[in-house]
Amino acid sequence: MGKVLKCDLCEQPATVHLTQIVNNKIHKVDLCEKCAQEKGVTDPNGFSLADLLMKGNPSGPSPVASSGVSCPTCGCAEKDFQSTGRLGCPDCYETFAEILYPLLRKMHKGTHHTGKVPVRALARKTLMEKIQMAEDQLQKAIADEEYEKAAKFRDQIKELKDEFSTAPSPS
Amino acid sequence: MTIKDLLESKAELTHDRRDSNGPVVLSSRIRLARNLASYPFPARANPAQRREILSTCLTTLKEVTGLKTASIFKNEKLSDLDKKILFERHLISRDLMQSVNGSGILISRDQSVVVMVNEEDHLRLQVLRNSFQFKNLWRNIDRIDTAIEEQLHYAFSPKLGYLTACPTNLGTGMRASVMMHLPALITLKQMDKVLRAVGQLGLAVRGLFGEGSDASGSIFQISNQTTLGEAETEIIKRLSSVLDTIYEYEINAREKLLESEPIKLRDKIGRAYGVLSHAGVLTSAETMNLLSLIRLGVDLGTFPAGTREMVDRLFIEAQPGHVSYLGQKELESEYRDRLRAHLIRDYFKTIPDPDFHSMEPK
Repeated sequence: MGKVLKCDLCEQPATVHLTQIVNNKIHKVDLCEKCAQEKGVTDPNGFSLADLLMKGNPSGPSPVASSGVSCPTCGCAEKDFQSTGRLGCPDCYETFAEILYPLLRKMHKGTHHTGKVPVRALARKTLMEKIQMAEDQLQKAIADEEYEKAAKFRDQIKELKDEFSTAPSPS
Repeated sequence: MTIKDLLESKAELTHDRRDSNGPVVLSSRIRLARNLASYPFPARANPAQRREILSTCLTTLKEVTGLKTASIFKNEKLSDLDKKILFERHLISRDLMQSVNGSGILISRDQSVVVMVNEEDHLRLQVLRNSFQFKNLWRNIDRIDTAIEEQLHYAFSPKLGYLTACPTNLGTGMRASVMMHLPALITLKQMDKVLRAVGQLGLAVRGLFGEGSDASGSIFQISNQTTLGEAETEIIKRLSSVLDTIYEYEINAREKLLESEPIKLRDKIGRAYGVLSHAGVLTSAETMNLLSLIRLGVDLGTFPAGTREMVDRLFIEAQPGHVSYLGQKELESEYRDRLRAHLIRDYFKTIPDPDFHSMEPK
């Protein structure tokens, strides 16, 4: 977020962002207003991203390389996913959510998991989130010099952490 | 345990320990793909992370009830031939066979539970049986999975389910499959029709050795294709009903064959017996196709029922890696084919001449 994408053709800040699926492959481009006009992107009839990318970049790298999204956790880039069909880490599912969901719809019976749930993993996750939240509040209380509140959060964190350590922990 | 012990022990697929094998179905299996929340998937993990994942997973697995006596093999300690043998026994995947470091395999005593660590996903749990047993398999793998989850923090999203390296495994992470022997459907050229129907139902069909392998020996592996949007038990139910139908198609096709071309069928089975009993050179493809006819013969009453166990064992032991192992090293194919013929001749000494009584026209 906040990162300004550049136009794939002229390096100007991009304001037009397009995703198209051609032959089951996802193509993404970012263009500035001027290039978008010139290439007829705004004309809904017969515009093909693949064509644009092929013409604009005849010998160049794979079209998707231009989209530049990559996973902050593991560094997996969109083009890596395109070329291998594999994601880099669990967080990639959030990073690439936008590309993935249409694929999942095609690939599977639905887009919602209705099967087995790892009860303990979820309990641990909720607990970790609670601890994190209390810690944030503690920091805020300290910053605001509200020490009575801070003491309360500190106790709460200790309780939660005790609970966490009695639960089976990931080794 | 060494590879040698593994070959010599009574395994689920090579020894019919429960007296449960039968016509058409060779084996059924369920596998679950699981990943740890705090690491990149294996392909993206660095060597240190891979080692950490491997040791964390193995430590946990060794404590799971039923796996305490299991053997552990680290990939870097296995020779190419060792890996080939594990692959031919359907214990490891082609991917794992080709990968190098930081992967491991845990194999239960009877070789009916296998866990691959750092294959495409951190964990690939697999249970198998030599008959159609999805209910038992699911109960068993569900228990193992839950026991692991008590110790390890799985990557899981309430919306998307178990997160896997490849989105095609997302959700349940489950692949349930059955290995089916369908010689009559092939002979009557009805297999294409079956394949098309199966494909439309969202199921996948592959050859004996998985993706990209041919259907040698008329053996097909049929499995669910989709893993998200349905619960495990629903997937199994859907798959089972299709498999029941294919089973019936095959049985009907056999009856049809017996009726329309009994002489030809009898001749083929008799020749298969003759060649396997006496040949001096046998390629693995020829062996598979002839063994397939013997298995069909067993189902039709031409050979004693116990012969089926031997055929199923030979489907595995006649593979190139296993035969090479007999020769103590990777062999030239010419020598291997002679050794294979020798192995099979020995096995067939115990099999009585075919009895075609049951195949006589009524």
